[in-house]
Amino acid sequence: MRAKSDPILRVENVTMRFGGLVAVNDLSFVAGRGDITALIGPNGAGKTTVFNCITGFYKPTVGRMALRHGNIDIDSHVEKLTDTSRDSLNGTGGSLFLLERMADFQVSARAKVARTFQNIRLFSGMTVLENLMVAQHNPLMVASNWTLGGLIGLKGFHNREKEAIETAKYWLEKTKLIDRADDPAGDLPYGDQRRLEIARAMCTGPVLLCLDEPAAGLNPKESLELNALLRSIRDDHGTSILLIEHDMSVVMQISDHVVVLDYGTKISDGTPEEVKNDPRVIAAYLGAEDETEVQEIEAEVGL
Amino acid sequence: MERTEKPVINWGQLFKDGVFAAIVAFGLFALMLGFKTDQTLNNEMVLVPRPMLLWSVVGLVFLARIAIGYWQASREGRIAPPKKATALWMLKAEKYGLPMVIGFLVAYPMFVLLTAGPQGAIKWIDNFGIQILIYIMLGWGLNIVVGLAGLLDLGYVAFYAVGAYSYALFATSEPIKDFLAQLIGEGFWQAWAFWICLPVAGILAAFWGVMLGFPVLRLRGDYLAIVTLAFGEIIRLVLINWVDFSNGYAGISSIPRPSFFGVPFNATDEGFSAKFGLEFSPIYRTIFLFYVILALALLTAAVSMRLRRLPVGRAWEALREDEIACRSLGINTVNTKLTAFAIGAMFGGFAGAFFAARQGFISPESFVFLESAQILAIVVLGGMGSLLGVVIASILLVGGVELLRELDFLKLYFGDGFDPAQYRMLIFGICMVLMMLWKPRGLISAREPTVFLKEKKIVSADHVKEGHG
Repeated sequence: MRAKSDPILRVENVTMRFGGLVAVNDLSFVAGRGDITALIGPNGAGKTTVFNCITGFYKPTVGRMALRHGNIDIDSHVEKLTDTSRDSLNGTGGSLFLLERMADFQVSARAKVARTFQNIRLFSGMTVLENLMVAQHNPLMVASNWTLGGLIGLKGFHNREKEAIETAKYWLEKTKLIDRADDPAGDLPYGDQRRLEIARAMCTGPVLLCLDEPAAGLNPKESLELNALLRSIRDDHGTSILLIEHDMSVVMQISDHVVVLDYGTKISDGTPEEVKNDPRVIAAYLGAEDETEVQEIEAEVGL
Repeated sequence: MERTEKPVINWGQLFKDGVFAAIVAFGLFALMLGFKTDQTLNNEMVLVPRPMLLWSVVGLVFLARIAIGYWQASREGRIAPPKKATALWMLKAEKYGLPMVIGFLVAYPMFVLLTAGPQGAIKWIDNFGIQILIYIMLGWGLNIVVGLAGLLDLGYVAFYAVGAYSYALFATSEPIKDFLAQLIGEGFWQAWAFWICLPVAGILAAFWGVMLGFPVLRLRGDYLAIVTLAFGEIIRLVLINWVDFSNGYAGISSIPRPSFFGVPFNATDEGFSAKFGLEFSPIYRTIFLFYVILALALLTAAVSMRLRRLPVGRAWEALREDEIACRSLGINTVNTKLTAFAIGAMFGGFAGAFFAARQGFISPESFVFLESAQILAIVVLGGMGSLLGVVIASILLVGGVELLRELDFLKLYFGDGFDPAQYRMLIFGICMVLMMLWKPRGLISAREPTVFLKEKKIVSADHVKEGHG
């Protein structure tokens, strides 16, 4: 767990209100670079809201979310950046982004945070390969001189497009979808669609990949394959992962760091082992009222 | 599954049904269609019998009843054949159909000239050829907005109007003419106005496309449709009411006609016919106009085909499929939508400038909502995103209406006052309803992928989304 030594994302005091409803209440946590950080909690705990705040789909009511590229020191720069009206800062060794100030597409394009969705959002009428090409829109757009160069058929664009196809092929092989590259995405079975969504997110070249319930609806074998894929993304590509998941076999096996939410409030934060034994987590999942009841439950389950 | 035995068709029963239906039809229509009240010159009311009309309707009902009965009987016990997984013929149709259509269009004026002679050819080239090509071009332009980007635009005619008025106003502007007359020479503007104003009209239309795009970016579906509809009406109402600017209802007349790259089409010694040693005839101008609009339409097709394969085109289609996913992949949806609006509008503007130059006179009457509806109908009928589909739909809708005017022989049956062209909206409506029943996604509904690894497989319409608005 590298949350302290090498953070990539620091979420501070994030609160999200929808009218009178407080979906996320004063949430702070740090995700480490090269870690798989899991965000868990019962249904309706506010996990997806946190994701939507991080990826710019919601603007948090209160709070700050700082993401860094490279080795820029967050502590010494974040206050300085907050005082300006800008959303990012280039310093020695890297750059710092304030995600709450950025529009959703900029979070992906500039801060390099990619995400998947709880209910899969593929371009179902486009082929698998096209889905991955759309993910590389921004570099291809530059290579095509904002369409003008591509329109007259410049060679530079042609070569860049070939590169993009190679990147897509790499991820298709990695997610075992290469044989279905020319099929419409809507034709794939559910498990393949989940993997395709991850491959598509990875094609944007992210530093932080946010996965919203990637194992939902997968069978045990597919879950194991997913574990291997996520580990490979972390180890071979150095992409940090932030994960919402209900499937504890996935969470406990692959996470380096677990944050638990209940009713929008953080109730636990630590390694999987620590969280597993946290009485408040057990209470939240099993529905106990107070400490004494928690102790009774613990005694019952033999902790 | 194969049918094991042929269905038995009871012809006697069919005939009986037919006679019965005919009797009912006769009873219903005998008074309604069989007689007509008319006024003579002396203001007398007289009853005009119309036996031919009555009998033809009754005969039609008789035949139709037998046909329906036969159809039903032949279907009995039949199992629907399994649908083909991918409609390969559609891919082939796009691949071979489009070059064939283009080849035919290039040869069309010569063909008509040979068969109909110089006098009769003007009608066929102008009313059919040019008219249909204008709609093909508008359809291809709107196809970028509706078919690719999935943004329902009910006010496309606004850009057509912007293009037409930009050309008309610039070309008839006295200050510009005088200024250029001093600078370059008398008659320069008259000769070159079209070629200079054509790009200007496109740019202005694109500008208005962006102007419309900005306020409607947040809207989707029905709301987007209503706002674009309103935009189309606003442009028309401004043109009607701002008389100082656009001359209101009276419109703008004596708009310079396009020249053959500086050589005018007139009977003078400097004219096209004299220079090329031909006898003067208005047919040359018509043929030239045909090739101009053909070139413009092919430019639209080439650009939109090319754009589809570029990142911006893929982003349009992705936007149609899922806007939220697009934003999560770092695509600036605002810019992407605006480029779709602007490029679609630009082609509308080109077509508008051509329209003004061809007519020589424009007024707001030419840019009513019905035009927008017709262009949209062409795109929807053709199959959203399909270039060949738009061609077929334009020929059916525009050419069909023109053909109705040619059906003079129907007057023999229905009396002198009968004008088939009056029924065009009825026929148009029936066609639309039938399309919605049989081919709800348009004539050519499958999608061709823009990039492939091993083989190009067609994407069936079941997966392709229509867009959110």
